Amino acid sequence: MTSVLYDVPGPKAILRNRVLAVVTLLAVGAIIAFIVYRLALSGQFSATKWGLFTYATIWEQILSALGKTLAAFGLAAVLSVALGFLLAIGRLSDHRWVRIPITTITELFRAVPVLVMMMLLYYGLPSVGVSMEPYAAVVIALVAYNGSVLAEALRAGIESLPRGQKEAGYAIGLRKSGVMRLILLPQAVRAMLPVIVSQLVVTMKDTALGFIITYPELLYLAKQLSSNVQFGRPLLQSAFVIGGIYIVMCLILSAVAKWLEGRMRRSPKRPGGPAATTTTIPVQPDDPRLHRDGTVTEVISVQGERS
Amino acid sequence: MDVIFGNLDLWGTAITNTLLVFLGGGVLALVLGVVVGAMRVSPVPIARGVGTLYVNLIRNTPLTLVFFFFVLGYPALGLPKMSTLVLGILAIGIYTATYVAEVLRAGINTVPVGQAEAARAIGLPFGQVMSLVVLPQAFRSVVPPMMSVFIALLKNTTVAAGFSVAELAALRATINDAAGRPGSPMEVLLWVAFVFVVLVLLLSLVQNRLEKKWRIVR
Repeated sequence: MTSVLYDVPGPKAILRNRVLAVVTLLAVGAIIAFIVYRLALSGQFSATKWGLFTYATIWEQILSALGKTLAAFGLAAVLSVALGFLLAIGRLSDHRWVRIPITTITELFRAVPVLVMMMLLYYGLPSVGVSMEPYAAVVIALVAYNGSVLAEALRAGIESLPRGQKEAGYAIGLRKSGVMRLILLPQAVRAMLPVIVSQLVVTMKDTALGFIITYPELLYLAKQLSSNVQFGRPLLQSAFVIGGIYIVMCLILSAVAKWLEGRMRRSPKRPGGPAATTTTIPVQPDDPRLHRDGTVTEVISVQGERS
Repeated sequence: MDVIFGNLDLWGTAITNTLLVFLGGGVLALVLGVVVGAMRVSPVPIARGVGTLYVNLIRNTPLTLVFFFFVLGYPALGLPKMSTLVLGILAIGIYTATYVAEVLRAGINTVPVGQAEAARAIGLPFGQVMSLVVLPQAFRSVVPPMMSVFIALLKNTTVAAGFSVAELAALRATINDAAGRPGSPMEVLLWVAFVFVVLVLLLSLVQNRLEKKWRIVR
């Protein structure tokens, strides 16, 4: 195996790599052993502290908190994708009176931290006479932030398309809306799908910020459970259990993102990607790729850029 | 304006603490991120595995939960006491390190293998292959995403406010819970948002400058 950084190892390098492997194992083992030792010493493995999680009612509470987390995530995900499309199209508009305000809004939403936005909605609005549920504050803040980030991703996707795509669309008589809807957006979405899904992972993680503005989601429940004196204040225990749930949910979403990215990479025409290095695979006459997304215009425009 | 000049002392500490968390977390993230990034591209499979595990585990944990572990969980271990500020810096540094590591790995992967092969073929030793051929090329493609990581880090410092670090986002509670301080929650939070917008725009400006300076001309 060879990479940019190292060649196929010789006998000396193999020996050195083995030594490094042992050193790594020892270092990581030492850190983990130390943490486990401290945990054991401070009595974190005692049955009373973990006993909390043997009760069905506790798991019912966890399930309902999980429902709250997923409710915030689901609504925020759908709405932020919608807002992302809206802002991306608005930002690419030909009219200045649309483009400039939308650009300002996008940049503003992106620059304000999500938590400050949530606080503005939850703590700030009541002082001007509008009260808001924590749920609404969490969802609106997430939508505003992730929507503007997705808008930027979509815009980058649209702008990275070869100009010939748009010109060909106009040439066959489509209007602006048709060019956007039928030609530019489908390709941009396809290219940006991994980015969109990994942004959804961020949305999922950011629902945990609702904890700070008292939205009763998973982490809020963890804090509540940890104040249970009867079970010896199981703070680390509930953090481990709730953390496990978060990690599993995010890993599932990340796996989807990675899978999509893998699919994109296998596709023969990913502009600028590693697939751009030409490999000669004999194309069969009935290969579906021939009919899917190859246009002569794109080939010409790519050649034009290279020269 | 009363909100600012009536609470000038509080704004001072809040901005100092925010910048402390940002800089402390940034330095920690850079150091740890370089180590983990090096592990992820190393020829030692075990080191690669450890790096991948660390990155995947921490990246899929909400930052709030990382803070929860460090700020609330650490005292339960009975180790020497640390202030919430230090624990917050540790939490945000360890979280951001995964992003730094990923940026570095992606940057190194953008360098075509042929570059290093050619360098080896003309007989350069490892040190020179790195310092003259691979790293200069990787550096250019690392700068813009690295700045984005730091912008995200700056915005993430607000999470520390939920864990009793007296920084900008916590200012609302400090001002409104104290008697006789001027300013409604809305005013305070709008000014906080304004400060963040200014700081983020400043960093974006630096990012654009650096990007222009080190753009790859092909």
